[in-house]
Amino acid sequence: MELICPAGTPASLEAAVEAGADAIYCGFRDETNARNFPGLNFSRDEMRRGIALAHRHGVKVLVAINTFARAGNLALWQAAIDDAVASGADALILADLATLDYAARRHPAQRLHVSVQAGAANPDAIRFYAEAFGAQRVVLPRVLNVMEIASIVRESACETEVFIFGGLCVMEEGRCSLSSYATGQSPNMHGVCSPASHVAYGERDGRIVSTLGGFTINSFGKDEPAGYPTLCKGRFSTPKGAGYTFEEPLSLDAAVMLPALRKAGVTALKIEGRQRGRAYIAQVVRSYRQILAALDDGRETAPAGLAAMAEGQASTVGAYRKGWR
Amino acid sequence: MPDPETTGQRQTGPRRLPPWLAPAVAPLPLAPLQPMLALLLARIGQAHPDLYGRLGEHAQKRFGIDPTDLPFAFVLEPKPQRPRARAVRALPGDLDACIRGPLSGLIGMAEGTLDGDALFFSRVLWVEGDVAAVLALRNAIDDARIDFGALLLGGLGPMGERAAAALRERMQPRTAPAGDRPWN
Amino acid sequence: MQLTLGPVFYHWAPERWRDFHYRIADEAPVDTVVVGEVVCSKRAPFKQDHVAGVVERLEGAGKRVLHASLILVSLPRERRQTRELMQLGEDEGEPAIEINDLTCLASLDRKPFAVGPFVNVYNEAAAGFLASRGARRICLPPELPLTAVAGIAAALPDVAIEVFAFGRIPLAISARCYHARAHKLTKDNCRFVCEQDPDGMPVKTLDEAGFLSVNGVQTLSQNCTSLLRDIPVLRRSGVASLRLSPQDCDMVEVARLYRDVADGRLDGAEAESRLAELYPEVPLANGFLHAVPGHLRVGAGA
Repeated sequence: MELICPAGTPASLEAAVEAGADAIYCGFRDETNARNFPGLNFSRDEMRRGIALAHRHGVKVLVAINTFARAGNLALWQAAIDDAVASGADALILADLATLDYAARRHPAQRLHVSVQAGAANPDAIRFYAEAFGAQRVVLPRVLNVMEIASIVRESACETEVFIFGGLCVMEEGRCSLSSYATGQSPNMHGVCSPASHVAYGERDGRIVSTLGGFTINSFGKDEPAGYPTLCKGRFSTPKGAGYTFEEPLSLDAAVMLPALRKAGVTALKIEGRQRGRAYIAQVVRSYRQILAALDDGRETAPAGLAAMAEGQASTVGAYRKGWR
Repeated sequence: MPDPETTGQRQTGPRRLPPWLAPAVAPLPLAPLQPMLALLLARIGQAHPDLYGRLGEHAQKRFGIDPTDLPFAFVLEPKPQRPRARAVRALPGDLDACIRGPLSGLIGMAEGTLDGDALFFSRVLWVEGDVAAVLALRNAIDDARIDFGALLLGGLGPMGERAAAALRERMQPRTAPAGDRPWN
Repeated sequence: MQLTLGPVFYHWAPERWRDFHYRIADEAPVDTVVVGEVVCSKRAPFKQDHVAGVVERLEGAGKRVLHASLILVSLPRERRQTRELMQLGEDEGEPAIEINDLTCLASLDRKPFAVGPFVNVYNEAAAGFLASRGARRICLPPELPLTAVAGIAAALPDVAIEVFAFGRIPLAISARCYHARAHKLTKDNCRFVCEQDPDGMPVKTLDEAGFLSVNGVQTLSQNCTSLLRDIPVLRRSGVASLRLSPQDCDMVEVARLYRDVADGRLDGAEAESRLAELYPEVPLANGFLHAVPGHLRVGAGA
């Protein structure tokens, strides 16, 4: 199974190459990619140099252009596609019918991957993307269990890529407007979720309170582990009590699922975290490289021991195990 | 609600400076620090011009950097035309954003040996004010791969090299077994 | 300007669901009614027995009926149901199906179809792609700003463009059931607790500010969309139809208000104050259309 690693900066790309990535995904510094965070991502020149460096080490680069193009301004997304192809991208990761259609027509030889933001959650949807645009791989939404993934692999001509570590969307990706409801900034249109520009931390009654767009998302005692104020991982109040209504602030760590995912026939394993520092990239990628080596040798796969890197400092195997739902 | 499956180790964060240090350095004048900071900033600017591209609009903001184990803090204005950094006894009230935490955590994050988000999740680091500006600064510095030890101590020859190595060793994270999760 | 009544998102008792549609058929001035379970496939069998009667009554009253597909299709049973739904014929060249997921395109076979608000149509190229495959009507995603709505409508004069004009805003869909989770149940053994909240389960912030609303696997807004004051600018922007999403209030009266404003018999601001009485204690919002946070209510466009 290929190990697909994130890079938010050229330094992280190098860290991922050194730590043993098979492929790296990254995006341009604008709203064409779904990690459009302050201080992150690649200029055109950095992308060219990054791809060249990765290729010298036999590592592939997948360019994520996975937001939905703004009406009346398709040119920005089309230019991103053209420039990624010209820079030697090994694949484009796309979500929008508009960008998929453009890339398939304009660059018929270019390898296309369907982004998790497209929410292709079953073999019929995947067949549509393969037939309509010649997509060769689909990144599966984080709503499927291993049995469902296995049946998708059996029925699809497309390769499959699944998330194994990092931030965890509990809603179906690409169809969530929670962030724009609170802040006006959405993953689909602006490439951000719960953006830092709308986050504020304050103190109330000796507790740290995090707010997003003016809505209280959580409150932490002095020594509680903190989470980033992502809407779906906040603490709320319902008639059935207060708590984490949607999901606790924790990260995905599917290390223990790797044997099952391999048996299911998954092509590639993806680490989330283009917004994280190169210390995270180096440690997580190296750790997973070791687990995969152990798996190849038929040895036990030890847990990754990466809890320190996790939001809320705790992890889950998420939807891969059925009880999560 | 179902309990999440917790795995692995919990990071207790970077080492804090020894408790005797803060009172020991407290009476010292800050004046000699100022030219050192100016030199450091000038060297960073020369060595890492890309940094400003990443900072974008946030280069115009004023950052407070507060090592909680030192009796003074820093005010950083990364403006490309005239970058400024100075040491202060207390941070002014008109900053755009402030980052607090032990000195080794702050330097470890700046050097890229520690992950800023992980330090934040474990409550070692704390952020106030303009969170987007702090993120931009963190990401810009993370990409620049600044070796503060080498920059600061580079002028001191082999002795400086040893001091830089010792500093880096100090900043390695330690791990401890995961405790009970006290929340939820 | 046409009016479309969207599908009921909530798990209403089957008889209530049936009677609601009977009254809509008899009294509500809407042109099109979308029927079917779009949120949770486990609920579908409950209303199955009443669908034919409801469709007959609606069509008898001269309303066009669209059968909606599920938003999130992952289980084999859901795929089968979706494929079967796509076998529904067309109605003299007019669509009989509203798709809420691109899964449907794999088995539509170039029949005309309508597109629901859960398909990501953010620009004229995506809308054009769907139109080339047979889309005749497109209800745009609720988070689209007016500039995008107008751009898409201008680029596709032959497709009826619809906007989400009344109702709590559907914000997210998940594989996980938050109703079951709140009741400490698993999704597989959920006991259909979502039926207890015919207008959704309120989700407030820790300081008791209204925020969201849970409907099983779906998350909606606390605030209710009202585009009543925006109808003039929507009309000028080429919008052909307004979607009214059923809430636990008098939807016949809601439809009349929208009809009266669309026909110029009633001022938008006056209609909105009446709407607030029809659906009390639920703040109104139109922020998405004005490119600000969706929970906000801002002045009508010029």
